[in-house]
Amino acid sequence: MRITQGTFSFLPDLSDAEIRAQIEYALANGWAISVEYTDDPHPRNYYWEMWGQPMFDLRDAAGAMQEVLACRSAHPHLYVRVNAFDSTRGFETTRLSFIVNRPKDEPGFSLTRQEAEGRTLRYTLSSYATAAPEGRRYR
Amino acid sequence: MDRATVEPAGQRDAAGAAEDRVDLQALLADSQVRQVLDELDRDLIGLKPVKTRVRDIAALLLVERARAQLGLAGGSPSLHMSFTGNPGTGKTTVALRMAQILHRLGYVRKGHLVAVTRDDLVGQYIGHTAPKTKEVLKKAMGGVLFIDEAYYLYRPENERDYGQEAIEILLQVMENQRDDLVVILAGYADRMQTFFRSNPGLSSRIAHHVEFPDYSAAELESIAETMLAQMQYRLSPSALQALREYIPLRMAQPHFANARSIRNALDRARLRQANRLFASGAGTLTREALMTIEAEDIRASRVFG
Repeated sequence: MRITQGTFSFLPDLSDAEIRAQIEYALANGWAISVEYTDDPHPRNYYWEMWGQPMFDLRDAAGAMQEVLACRSAHPHLYVRVNAFDSTRGFETTRLSFIVNRPKDEPGFSLTRQEAEGRTLRYTLSSYATAAPEGRRYR
Repeated sequence: MDRATVEPAGQRDAAGAAEDRVDLQALLADSQVRQVLDELDRDLIGLKPVKTRVRDIAALLLVERARAQLGLAGGSPSLHMSFTGNPGTGKTTVALRMAQILHRLGYVRKGHLVAVTRDDLVGQYIGHTAPKTKEVLKKAMGGVLFIDEAYYLYRPENERDYGQEAIEILLQVMENQRDDLVVILAGYADRMQTFFRSNPGLSSRIAHHVEFPDYSAAELESIAETMLAQMQYRLSPSALQALREYIPLRMAQPHFANARSIRNALDRARLRQANRLFASGAGTLTREALMTIEAEDIRASRVFG
């Protein structure tokens, strides 16, 4: 199951040139770029691991691109995303976030139904990948 | 500048020759580099060897662009530079202009200048230097990285100094990412010499060693006049005479820093002028009085003492 999170996730995977163009666009808007990766792609997992610190004051995509490629080659089998943070007062949030690397094999999620009081059903999602302990997922 | 027009003529037939031609003048006009070069000539006094070198580099890049249009790939030339010269000879100013020129010629993508010193590159503890240097390099990408007083990076007296680490990262980027940034190392001539001697790898990766000569007294005088004009001041005839006497005296003193010393002298003269206007107790001042620096403002300097 192909995971669709963030911008462009319904499109085919972006090429390096397209990633670069998106970073260039973010920098032109004055947003700071950061790179993050994770092995737990639950949609409510907001806290991905940081790949280095967010890069402020960049003028050109080359520096950020370098980090994207480095993160991707260090974690070729994990999810990697690029975030663009807007520090403008009133926004102070991520304006753009897109996946730039994904595992070859994405097992998807299982839906668990929990029977609660009366005939209430509670639903919860869990990734098949996270059944394995950390560090042994997506091998 | 007409090197490229020489080349394509010759063996080809007339039909082929049309595609084998490129208009260098149009390229020059297109890049607007002439304005920057003219500005350089106009705004910066003296510095003959520097200006010639900047022109050479501009011509090279323009020809390289013309060659690229005809499909002659020469690989982008290495443009890392070292600027050596005494204090106050305009190294930083020229570096700024250089960034503009390289940008107009399409050699760097953004054309900004990131000026750093040792403190910005070298960390304080183990493992601190590499991320710090890399961060600066990332910021400089697409533009020019100007390392002022570069010789401080290398401290031979301390073999555990982290400067060496910064130099190594720098070397790697200078070699592998020539398209992404241009590095300019700047500093005083003699100390740069020893720096390059002890870091041959660095020296060999720098194609352009540009020397900034000291200014002559006459050049310093016109620099002073330009500075004053920019600050909307003028010298009275007797003040000009005083300045003419002041400059050689100041040049003979220790810690003379060329244009920077002149600027400081002018700033002090402004201070004295303000003081004089106050002390005179005049109620209303004319525009003339506010703009004019008198001889006494300059002659009060300790240089005359």
